Amino acid sequence: MSLSTLDVEKIARLARLAMDENEVEAARLQLSGIFGLIAEMQAVDTDGVEPMSHSQDLAQRLREDVITDSNQRELFQTIAPQVEAGLYLVPQVIE
Amino acid sequence: MFESSLRQIGAALAARKISSVELTQLYLDRIARLNPALNAFITLNPELSLAQAKAADARIAAGKADALTGIPLAQKDIFCAKGWLTTCGSKMLHNFVSPYDAHVITQFNNAGAIILGKTNMDEFAMGSSNETSFYGPVKNPWDTQRVPGGSSGGTAAAVAARLCAAATGTDTGGSIRQPAALCGISGLKPTYGVCSRYGMIAFASSLDQAGPMGRSAEDLALMLNTMAGFDERDSTSLQRDTEDYARDLNKPLNGLRIGLPKEFFAAGMGSDVAKAVEAAIAEYKKLGATVVEISLPNSKLSVPVYYVLAPAEASSNLSRFDGVRYGYRAPEYGDLTDMYEKTRAQGFGAEVKRRIMIGTYVLSHGYYDAYYIKAQRIRRLIAQDFAEAFKQCDVIMGPTSPTTAFKLGEKGDDPVQMYLSDIYTIAVNLAGLPGMSIPCGFGENNMPVGLQIIGNYFDEARMLNVAHQYQLATDWHSRAPMGI
Repeated sequence: MSLSTLDVEKIARLARLAMDENEVEAARLQLSGIFGLIAEMQAVDTDGVEPMSHSQDLAQRLREDVITDSNQRELFQTIAPQVEAGLYLVPQVIE
Repeated sequence: MFESSLRQIGAALAARKISSVELTQLYLDRIARLNPALNAFITLNPELSLAQAKAADARIAAGKADALTGIPLAQKDIFCAKGWLTTCGSKMLHNFVSPYDAHVITQFNNAGAIILGKTNMDEFAMGSSNETSFYGPVKNPWDTQRVPGGSSGGTAAAVAARLCAAATGTDTGGSIRQPAALCGISGLKPTYGVCSRYGMIAFASSLDQAGPMGRSAEDLALMLNTMAGFDERDSTSLQRDTEDYARDLNKPLNGLRIGLPKEFFAAGMGSDVAKAVEAAIAEYKKLGATVVEISLPNSKLSVPVYYVLAPAEASSNLSRFDGVRYGYRAPEYGDLTDMYEKTRAQGFGAEVKRRIMIGTYVLSHGYYDAYYIKAQRIRRLIAQDFAEAFKQCDVIMGPTSPTTAFKLGEKGDDPVQMYLSDIYTIAVNLAGLPGMSIPCGFGENNMPVGLQIIGNYFDEARMLNVAHQYQLATDWHSRAPMGI
């Protein structure tokens, strides 16, 4: 399977990865090779086979909706790139 | 002391022949001397290690020691440890000092074990050679021109070079077993759900599993006794009774039925690996085992299935790295999207970006059924093959890796070639089964060969018994690299 430059640019945008032209072309070639490998799957007959996500086929556990952890905002914000007045700072998104 | 088993070290500490502080210092000195040539550790913090050792000595003096109290262990840098830099091998987390402990770390801390340092690894555990680490490749102690395997390559090299008594790894597609094989040590990936994933930086959540790496099966059993256990903070953690994984170590192997998958012994395996694995099977027959040929017809599909499921889950898990709450942020950017895109472009390495892109594509609109759901259906077929096989045998054996350790840079820029080095290990993760690798000889260039032992669900104690009996009869596991 061969991906187009447009395909790769779209994937990079969805994945939030900045890429220049050279990187897009390198990624296109490598991803095409990997999708060649993945294409082997399509020949397999999987009619009637249920998808498997956990070997024990467990249902998700539920618990009571109660607070189990304490507020550690100050501790967590000591390792943040940019904070002010207890808030995480990012570029302005609303004019 | 560097050749002693965990049980022997524990006895020496209990008898006050050596203190934990002295032992920890011995290891730190040894790491200072040997690690520069190996690059097995990303972070050392002697102050934290020695403080733990001091506390362990007090605990031993008070007569409250457990099996691992005072014993210096290395932790793969994928486990968050409070106060420790935890990078996961990535520039993205180059400054992430964890504010909390992973469940596995809490278990070791409660046992009084010492964290000697954080071991190097492929970036976000994505790699089979340790060459994708932002902190440089790890060198194989048997030949520093060669890779240690990956992704737990730093742990494997540290154990092989006797830079720690034992250590942890994680295994998503072979990341404990393949480096264990390539470095001539023992490693065990438990049944999915046995060790909590809480605080273990996520790669592919339906496959990731922590496990012990060490110099013998007996050591692995002691490590797993501490690591395993239910944790409500991991939604896939299994609620089971506590087990002593060492309970069956000394059982004889008379009547053990070993399944040999014909697909594993077909084309693709190096002749030197085949020779060592066949000699190991012959040894098992001497120990009273019988062999039966089995078939895992869908195992050949495990690589393509894995390279859909693991990147899909990774692309979702790694979306949290956005430069907002912790870790790397690009120094210059325009608007918010630009900040995300530049942060991620600069913070992730090539292999991680490749897998994020594969995952993003297979999960994108219009492709979900054709890729992700298709792969999950084949995953069940792969698991069913194992279920059929275990009707005829107690354990499955074969090679861990098709070749011995390859040279640094040898697999170059071809990701597909690298992916195929996990051909024998991946199916085990997809099925959620336990798997281990133990040393079984040497191949070309005198590099170690690993024997893979695959067990049925929750059969870790039997697998450790099978490995331990072999290690009583042979001495491959006690060989050390030259100059170490």
